[in-house]
Amino acid sequence: MAESSNAPAVFQPWRDPNETPYVSIERVTKKFGEFVAVYELSLEIYRKELFCLLGASGCGKSTLLRMLAGFEQPSSGRILIDGVDMAGIPPYERPVNMMFQSYALFPHMNVAQNVAFGLKQEKLPASAVRKRAGEMLELVKLGAFAKRKPHQLSGGQRQRVALARSLVKKPKLLLLDEPLAALDKKLREHTQFELMNIQEQVGVTFVVVTHDQQEAMTLSTRIGVMDEGELIQIGTPTDIYEFPQSRYVADFIGSVNIFAGKMIVDEPDHVVIHSEEAGMDIFVNHGVSAGPDADVWAAIRPEKMHISREDPAREQNCVRGIVDEVAYMGDFSTYLVKLESGKIVRITQPNLLRGNPDRILWDEQVYLHWDASSPVVVTK
Amino acid sequence: MNQRRFFVPTAMVLGFVFLYAPIVSLIVFSFNKSKLVTVWAGFSTQWYGALLQNDQILQAAWVSLRIATLNATAAVVLGTIAGFVIARFRRFRGRTLFTGMVMAPLVMPEVITGLSLLLLFVAMEAALGWPAGRGFLTITIAHITFSMAYVAVIIQSRLSDMDESIEEAALDLGARPAKIFFQITLPIIAPALVAGWLLSFTLSLDDLVIASFVSGPGSSTLPMVIFSKVRLGVSPEINALATILVAVVAIGTIISGIFLARQRRARERDMQMAKADIAD
Amino acid sequence: MSTRGAPALTKGVNRTASTAVKRISGFGLGAVWHGLRRRFRGLGRASVIGIPYLWLLAFFLIPFVIVLKISLAETEIAQPPYTSLWYWIEHKYLNIRLNLGNYQYLIQDSLYWTAYLNSVKIAAVSTVFCLLVGYPIAYGIARARPDRRILLLMLVILPFWTSFLIRVYAWIGILKTNGLINNALMALGIVDTPLVMMQTDFAVYLGIVYSYLPFMILPLYANLEKLDLTLLEAAADLGCRPSKAFFRVTLPLSMPGILAGSMLVFIPAVGEFVIPALLGGPDTLMIGRILWDEFFANRDWPVASAVAIALLLLLVIPIVLFQYNQARAAEAKS
Repeated sequence: MAESSNAPAVFQPWRDPNETPYVSIERVTKKFGEFVAVYELSLEIYRKELFCLLGASGCGKSTLLRMLAGFEQPSSGRILIDGVDMAGIPPYERPVNMMFQSYALFPHMNVAQNVAFGLKQEKLPASAVRKRAGEMLELVKLGAFAKRKPHQLSGGQRQRVALARSLVKKPKLLLLDEPLAALDKKLREHTQFELMNIQEQVGVTFVVVTHDQQEAMTLSTRIGVMDEGELIQIGTPTDIYEFPQSRYVADFIGSVNIFAGKMIVDEPDHVVIHSEEAGMDIFVNHGVSAGPDADVWAAIRPEKMHISREDPAREQNCVRGIVDEVAYMGDFSTYLVKLESGKIVRITQPNLLRGNPDRILWDEQVYLHWDASSPVVVTK
Repeated sequence: MNQRRFFVPTAMVLGFVFLYAPIVSLIVFSFNKSKLVTVWAGFSTQWYGALLQNDQILQAAWVSLRIATLNATAAVVLGTIAGFVIARFRRFRGRTLFTGMVMAPLVMPEVITGLSLLLLFVAMEAALGWPAGRGFLTITIAHITFSMAYVAVIIQSRLSDMDESIEEAALDLGARPAKIFFQITLPIIAPALVAGWLLSFTLSLDDLVIASFVSGPGSSTLPMVIFSKVRLGVSPEINALATILVAVVAIGTIISGIFLARQRRARERDMQMAKADIAD
Repeated sequence: MSTRGAPALTKGVNRTASTAVKRISGFGLGAVWHGLRRRFRGLGRASVIGIPYLWLLAFFLIPFVIVLKISLAETEIAQPPYTSLWYWIEHKYLNIRLNLGNYQYLIQDSLYWTAYLNSVKIAAVSTVFCLLVGYPIAYGIARARPDRRILLLMLVILPFWTSFLIRVYAWIGILKTNGLINNALMALGIVDTPLVMMQTDFAVYLGIVYSYLPFMILPLYANLEKLDLTLLEAAADLGCRPSKAFFRVTLPLSMPGILAGSMLVFIPAVGEFVIPALLGGPDTLMIGRILWDEFFANRDWPVASAVAIALLLLLVIPIVLFQYNQARAAEAKS
């Protein structure tokens, strides 16, 4: 959208008209009885991408993943992987492997046997199986644990066995179902980067399902946000965060203040939105594709607002309020400010000084202001 | 709280006394010299000797053991398939009837099962000429039918506890369904298979009513012989037989108990090991 | 799998062309091949379902149909001892003769009525006693230290693995006129003449409670063990006394276990034969015994069949209830 021109080093195959998509999902619908889990969903994923399907639980993202793996068949529409229609191809014949949320390690086999299982199904000679399984264990740094059973491993180690096992057959596509959900927070952050490194090393296309927006932002080349069985926005993490196309996306990714309003000035290079909720007119310094008098919403991220005791004496985008709540989070503080209209607005400020004696407290009157470039205007 | 602190342990002790007193009395009086089972007249092992001389009992025991072994093996095969079908095949035509038929033998009064199977065998013989007469084969078929229900319930409950994505993972890694069943599912549920086999074996060894209906001349099972003897009054030989049965079961239980305890300790050790690795 | 590795070979060549080739192979021969494979897979699945299905149809369901059929026949001194329901007249007309006389007989003869009612009464009372004895034991095991639980559970199961017949037999030695209890009471001088306990209804109750106790304890334990103890802590925290918490929280939550255990005791106990035959007296009328005598002593197969069908009808409601309870428990698990 507003991303700067493509430098050759940047990996953006979806912008290249000469690229053919590696995975094509064409108008796929999946029904379970009356329940529609996925509805008319189309998506193209390119080679070597790390694509995240993000959404709340029950939004259909896992069903979509299971259709790629072959555990579920689409009710209508089709799925092509590397140009081959996957209809009727059972999971054990698909060039796709999956890493399960529960890891699903075979409890009666040791680590080496778990990793070698997929290769053994291809009837490769034993020496080749051993060599390849050994390489994979080295890749995930578990060479020393080859003889252990799954219950003798920690959660992080199990996760890496599952990863090695699903990569050992060099799949065209690796599906990861909430790959980090079972790990604790510290380990999760560390593992995120490890996962990205491994993907770069093996060059396999990843599709990750997650409900954790932080995880999606860190990992992915692109994110697809899903809601009620439909993809509502596809884009890079920056696109999704800075240019959400709907209130749902703006609200789902990070936190946001949304002001309902009406467009009163509609120029190609700026618009003005009259918002009763904010008790003011919001000036936005970029054009919006909506007619005059249209119902629109201005979304402003809490970290893009400023808070001060003194009136900054600005003509635009400034509003007065009373501090309702202050939450000290360590690296930053969150203020909830009640505007004169009664609307509560969230602002975050970095804590730059240690033990700042002059910090803003409860019930103080404050002014909130923001740049004309900060609001995002959405029409749905 | 105090009330409960006394009530529950007291009730438990009394309950276990209730469960074990009759068995203990059986064992004690199997070593009684007197033929009067309940009057103590000194220690003796003569009834064990008499038991080993009793051809009728020995023969019946041999018949019962063979039926029980055959029954347990067939019931595990059929029951495992039935349990697998209930746990893994969510939708197929006639599923309700199927689960009903699997569960019903658990509570069906034995006299009904026995009578209905006998009438079936009679009708089959008239119509098909098979099974010719009643005896070893018909008792085994009858036992398999109710034993497989128990096995199916055990297997079904074990499978619904098992993480289904383990089987999906094998499918995903290129193994075919049949291979997965033998290489992944069966090894994981192996303890349940053993439990099912042992239970089927005991059920068969224990059955009087159904066997009485479907047996024929010359194929009396051990419970049938015991019943005919017991009907005439108490007999010290039966006490000796009971003691042997209890001893076999007790030894088996103790061995499996030790085995389980050892397994649990090994598991705990493994957990410790995994924790130690995290600390590294 | 034939497409695997293909992209490496065609790299740099005309990509659209190679994609097109793959598409054709995906649609043409491949589709036929996969269609056949799918058909075959369906066959495999059908045979997996079919084997136990056919077995149960043949040896569980069809026998009931035959029982129903014979219950509508008449007794005959023949081999087998009943008349056929249908026969051909001059090879042209099928004559079907249904005889409801056996059922009429059941209704008219008070012996059967009394036996049915008595069986239900004995089974129901025994079930209540089983519950009263079994609940504290199951509760105690579920609250015991985890390492002791297995031992206690084994102690409950152990008698179940020894012969049922022999356990019932053991009570004869204890209850009879010169049995252990009477000998003890007489030796202590509590009674002068031995109490009559054998061949009474009391002995039958005792025998049923004793034999079926494990069937009550095991489902109760399975249920109570799963109970979230923090619920009781929450109840205590909200000011509920332990005894009240038991009746308000533990007991209602263990209802599925109580129901499962009660059905596992009640249903087979109604049709029980061995216990009334060994411990009961001549006037302990239970339907299982009547059926047995009708069949073995009187050789009246049609009446025995009618008795069985009537018993089955009596038990249909509890059996369906039991199945429903089991199915719901299984669903809650998955």
